[in-house]
Amino acid sequence: MTIEHSAEILPSREAAPAREAQPRVRGAAGSAWFGIAVVVALAVAPLFLKNFVTFQLTMALVYAIAILGLNLLTGISGQFSLGHGAFYAVGAYSAAILMESAGLGYAWTLPVAGVVCFVAGFLFGLPALRLEGVYLALATFALAVATPQFLKLGPLEHWTGGVQGVIVTKPDPPFGLPMSQDQWLFYFTLAVGLLLYWAARNLVHSRSGRALLAIRDNPIAARSMGVNTALYKSLAFGVSAAYTGVAGALGAIVVQFVAPDSFTFALSVSLFVGLVVGGVGWLPGALAGGAFVMFIPNLAEHVSKGLSGAVYGVLLILIIYAAPGGVGGLARSLGARFSQPGRRP
Amino acid sequence: MSGAEPLLRVADIRVTFGGITALDGVSFDQRAGHILGLIGPNGAGKTTLFNCLSRLYHPTSGDIRLEGASILGRAAHRIAEIGIGRTFQNVALFQRLSVRDNALVGGHARTRSSMIGDALRLPAAKRTERDSLERVHEILSWLGLESVADAPVGGLPFGTQKRVELARALATRPKLLLLDEPAGGLNHDEVHELGRLIRRIRDERGVSVLLVEHHMGLVMSIADRVVALNFGRKLAEGTPAEVQRDPDVIRAYLGDKAA
Ligand SMILES: Nc1ncnc2c1ncn2[C@@H]1O[C@H](COP(=O)(O)OP(=O)(O)OP(=O)(O)O)[C@@H](O)[C@H]1O
Ligand SMILES: [Mg+2]
Repeated sequence: MTIEHSAEILPSREAAPAREAQPRVRGAAGSAWFGIAVVVALAVAPLFLKNFVTFQLTMALVYAIAILGLNLLTGISGQFSLGHGAFYAVGAYSAAILMESAGLGYAWTLPVAGVVCFVAGFLFGLPALRLEGVYLALATFALAVATPQFLKLGPLEHWTGGVQGVIVTKPDPPFGLPMSQDQWLFYFTLAVGLLLYWAARNLVHSRSGRALLAIRDNPIAARSMGVNTALYKSLAFGVSAAYTGVAGALGAIVVQFVAPDSFTFALSVSLFVGLVVGGVGWLPGALAGGAFVMFIPNLAEHVSKGLSGAVYGVLLILIIYAAPGGVGGLARSLGARFSQPGRRP
Repeated sequence: MSGAEPLLRVADIRVTFGGITALDGVSFDQRAGHILGLIGPNGAGKTTLFNCLSRLYHPTSGDIRLEGASILGRAAHRIAEIGIGRTFQNVALFQRLSVRDNALVGGHARTRSSMIGDALRLPAAKRTERDSLERVHEILSWLGLESVADAPVGGLPFGTQKRVELARALATRPKLLLLDEPAGGLNHDEVHELGRLIRRIRDERGVSVLLVEHHMGLVMSIADRVVALNFGRKLAEGTPAEVQRDPDVIRAYLGDKAA
């Protein structure tokens, strides 16, 4: 006989200690207003910032989009990846090659990069179905390590530029809008990010998204409710890779340059760190994660040139200690406190 | 086959795990509209049989038919859609989801959507979502779970969690509902209430029930027929009164205690 799943088939989680059910309504309204405030603050920020800072802010948004994709995989469907830098790279190269070799408009490279990475992610997700937890992390690690080398390969050099990489033309603002190129790219990235966030949120609150959450929490029960777990896990990989690929495409346009050494394993780790800092499973956390990835290494460098790595490490550990659930965990406990005044000490 | 085709036919099912024979040629029929009690000492093979019905385990031999059609060619995720719903012996909820979302997952097999449609909130996806919410709302209020609909299930009392599992199973719109020790961990009053509820599930919702239970009082008071298993074999089958009188059944249970 075949046993599709290991012994005593159900992960018999103990009933968690009783926790009061919390009225969500006030908290939800509060967080919606907070979200709007953040978006408004972002929208006016470039008016007061130097172009270089605007560029940095744009890159924080780009990383946020990549982390949003990673969150769909890890936080929502419960699968790990230490290799999302690979999808970011594929997205970046897709955009660079399409713009510079095929003459495609920069905006059109985003959907193409998304589709290419969806297919890549889905195909990677299929064999990865056999892998759980740390083994899956290991396989994605291999992907991250291998990708930069493929990008250097001789036969592809005509398109990829080999070790030299590809220089990407910086787009001008359309319709003669009175703003700098950096400002325009910021607003463009913000708009794409908001659209992708909206779609991710819709997804999580839909039949498909609940199927993914169900797989994360209890795959066997999910199957018995009719969820094709293999298909949905692969789809989650595809969608996640597509998000990260679009981020990569945006990154290539914003940085105006792609080269294999921009996409080392360190990028994958950064995205993973951003995910944890923002809060696994909490979509808005991607913004905090993106800011962390963009600004904290600079900050660490600022504090001490020689020991920037150590400063970064200490900051990271402090954050994990202070907010074990990342920014998301913090937001949740604050929300709980505000929605139940007086109920907590 | 004669006019009264059984809802469920379990025919000579055998399941082995390495050296252990968990089910050794078990056969029985269940009529539509019946509550069938499945009893037996610990390790008799009751849960193993449920897992075969859910296609989580694949029997070495034998057949399982629902309304005459074998289910053995189906993948586990294609079982809910033909009308077999279940609960689990150790509550197997989606711990971090709300009561409502747990029940909504129960409707997964009965609805269709695409990821793109869901992500872009296309009209078809919105319609599906509205219908699902309506259905789940009806089930939650029928089970008295409305007040906790937004609560994450992980923090709810055990008895409530069992009820949520029932809601989730009903949301699959089953013809046949498999309940694996629904009374386990409940107090006296809750068991009494559960008995009434299972009857109402059958009478008001037209769902046939296959009930695995150690609580004899419950089984004997609500089952139309009872099948007794021991060491993977069928010991006895009949009305509750017949099975209760059966010398083999008495021996299996008393022997258990005397040992
Ligand atoms: N996945 C498995 N691998 C190995 N042995 C198993 C597995 N599942 C069940 N068994 C064995 O099959 C036999 C029947 O177990 P099963 O869980 O079906 O009993 P049960 O009647 O449900 O008992 P209980 O009343 O304690 O729940 C036991 O000997 C059990 O150890
Ligand atoms: Mg059992």
